[in-house]
Amino acid sequence: MKEILEGSHAVAEAVRLCRPQVVSAYPITPQTHIVEALASMVADCKLDAEYICVESEFSALSACIGASTAGSRTYSATTSQGLALMYEVCFNAAGMRLPIVMTIANRAMSAPLSIWNDQQDSISLRDSGWIQLYAEDNQEALDLHLLAYRVCEDHDILLPAFVCFDGFILSHTYEPVDMPTQEEVDAYLPAFNPYQRLDAKDPISFGMYATPDYYMEFRYENQRAMLRAKEAIVRYGTLFKEQFGRDYSGLIEGYELEDAEIALVAMGSICGTVKDAIDEMRKDGIKVGLLKIRCFRPFPDEEIAAALAHVKTVAILDKNVSLGSKGAVGLEIKDALYGSSIAVYDYILGLGGRDIRKKDIRAITKLAEQGSGDMFYGLREELL
Amino acid sequence: MRELRIHGRGGQGSVTAAELIAVAAFAGGVYAQAFPAFGVERRGAPVQAFVRLSDETIRLRSQVYEPDYIIVQDSTLIRDVNVFAGMKPGGIAIVNTEKSGGYEAPEGVRIITIDATKIALEEIGLPITNTALMGAFAAATGEIDFSALEDAIRGRFEGKLADTNIRSAQRAFEMVKGGNA
Amino acid sequence: MPLNIGCTARPGRGRDNKTGSWRVFYPIFTEETCTGCEICVLLCPEGCIEKKGEKKYVPDLDYCKGCGLCAEECPGDAITMEKEEK
Repeated sequence: MKEILEGSHAVAEAVRLCRPQVVSAYPITPQTHIVEALASMVADCKLDAEYICVESEFSALSACIGASTAGSRTYSATTSQGLALMYEVCFNAAGMRLPIVMTIANRAMSAPLSIWNDQQDSISLRDSGWIQLYAEDNQEALDLHLLAYRVCEDHDILLPAFVCFDGFILSHTYEPVDMPTQEEVDAYLPAFNPYQRLDAKDPISFGMYATPDYYMEFRYENQRAMLRAKEAIVRYGTLFKEQFGRDYSGLIEGYELEDAEIALVAMGSICGTVKDAIDEMRKDGIKVGLLKIRCFRPFPDEEIAAALAHVKTVAILDKNVSLGSKGAVGLEIKDALYGSSIAVYDYILGLGGRDIRKKDIRAITKLAEQGSGDMFYGLREELL
Repeated sequence: MRELRIHGRGGQGSVTAAELIAVAAFAGGVYAQAFPAFGVERRGAPVQAFVRLSDETIRLRSQVYEPDYIIVQDSTLIRDVNVFAGMKPGGIAIVNTEKSGGYEAPEGVRIITIDATKIALEEIGLPITNTALMGAFAAATGEIDFSALEDAIRGRFEGKLADTNIRSAQRAFEMVKGGNA
Repeated sequence: MPLNIGCTARPGRGRDNKTGSWRVFYPIFTEETCTGCEICVLLCPEGCIEKKGEKKYVPDLDYCKGCGLCAEECPGDAITMEKEEK
């Protein structure tokens, strides 16, 4: 049923429908409304879960690891500094192969302190072994939680996942979403069937010591599981489409891309603004299209290379920067297109909540056409 | 697509106003999007909230720069912020003030002044002006039905608080409808 | 043998891992100078020293790895380390 509600509450509803057994999180702007809503649901008996209050994000994810190893479907949510505080725990969750799902309400990293949106937080965890999915709107944010649990809990995958949606821009936006019923979600997402779990009668330890004779093989197995996740996301995305009608069968998505000469590449909520800008530019005869990346980890390099094979120019819109290098998405795209004759330019924009307008997308398209790129876009020169 | 920009101060309910207008518009079969732009998260600091209304799905995520409508929660903001910036010709500005005019608006923009603070103090007992201004918005623009607004307010507040806020909205709605604002 | 997913292990493996084979020196306990303080029992990293009587402490040589911590810390110098094979 279509209803209008805040993005955070749409995500909280989606999580409730996924029937997590343990939720542990520490509130932080702009994630707070999600976990507030979940805490209320638990208190009001609308969600049959254990809500574990903790004193930090480090503890929140540690509690999730404990609960997941004990065989529970587990959920957390955070952003920015909170995610940074979880850094080492994130690697542990992935290495122990625990299918924890965590929402990231994307926010800039301090210092300087900023509560506003960019994607530096989750991007900085790109090497941690978590699947990373990015939502364009609140419908997608809601739906990706169902997909994430389905993929992560597959015994061929067994990896944790971030569902990333832009802080404030989506988390605090009221817009209509189609909310599935509990029956529909239950039909899509079966009860959690742990691959292995802690059991006092048959004790095991998770995340044991691995000597140099074994460590590399463990990492290699993590990498293989991550690469298998590509196929699993496509498979369960197709299943989602069959059941709910919304198509998440692709790791990437094209918009006006088939005949495009210039391709813009973006992730998250900016894709909506880009689509509107493309419609305007197409009316002016500019052959521009969008390649939207839904799945950043595992990175769909072959899929992207195939989707962009026909374009002349690529402009990547990066809401992050790997300081001392370029935008993280830009680096990946340059790698995926290595050896081709396509001109690839990276643009760092929208950091710390800097608003991105249609005219900015037009300006970047023009810069790419002129062969000018690998830059911060939209700097206030008077401040420098 | 029609766009509304609400100017207020932290604590005046600008974000709630944007949300409830979106809820009321959605009930009327319109696609709606409402979102805030916080400055510093402190009571009294200038804040903005935005609403977009359209017959089609809204994909645009940037802030509102060329509004069809603005609501100014507090006329003292006009000193600090260019509230009329970018307004489209034919646009409507709803300003909470005791004064009956004297504001310089862009050409073709209609300014409706209403003493929402007086209404709110009399009906709610608190200077919370957002519901009165929502009532004025409904009457001035025709974008939302009053009954949908009433439902939206009742969906957010309970009991007496809902009643007093609805009375506040109703009074402003009728004043604007009757040309008395 | 393939790796266990999630790097899991069963506790039995620790018990089966007889660290006694690592030993170069082994401890000799002298009852005459022993004060019965039990510091050796508490400090032994393998937890393999057992109290058998008033001043009688016996290492389990299946697990004693010959680290000498007990001898180093014994306040009465009642433990000495001897070379395993001469």
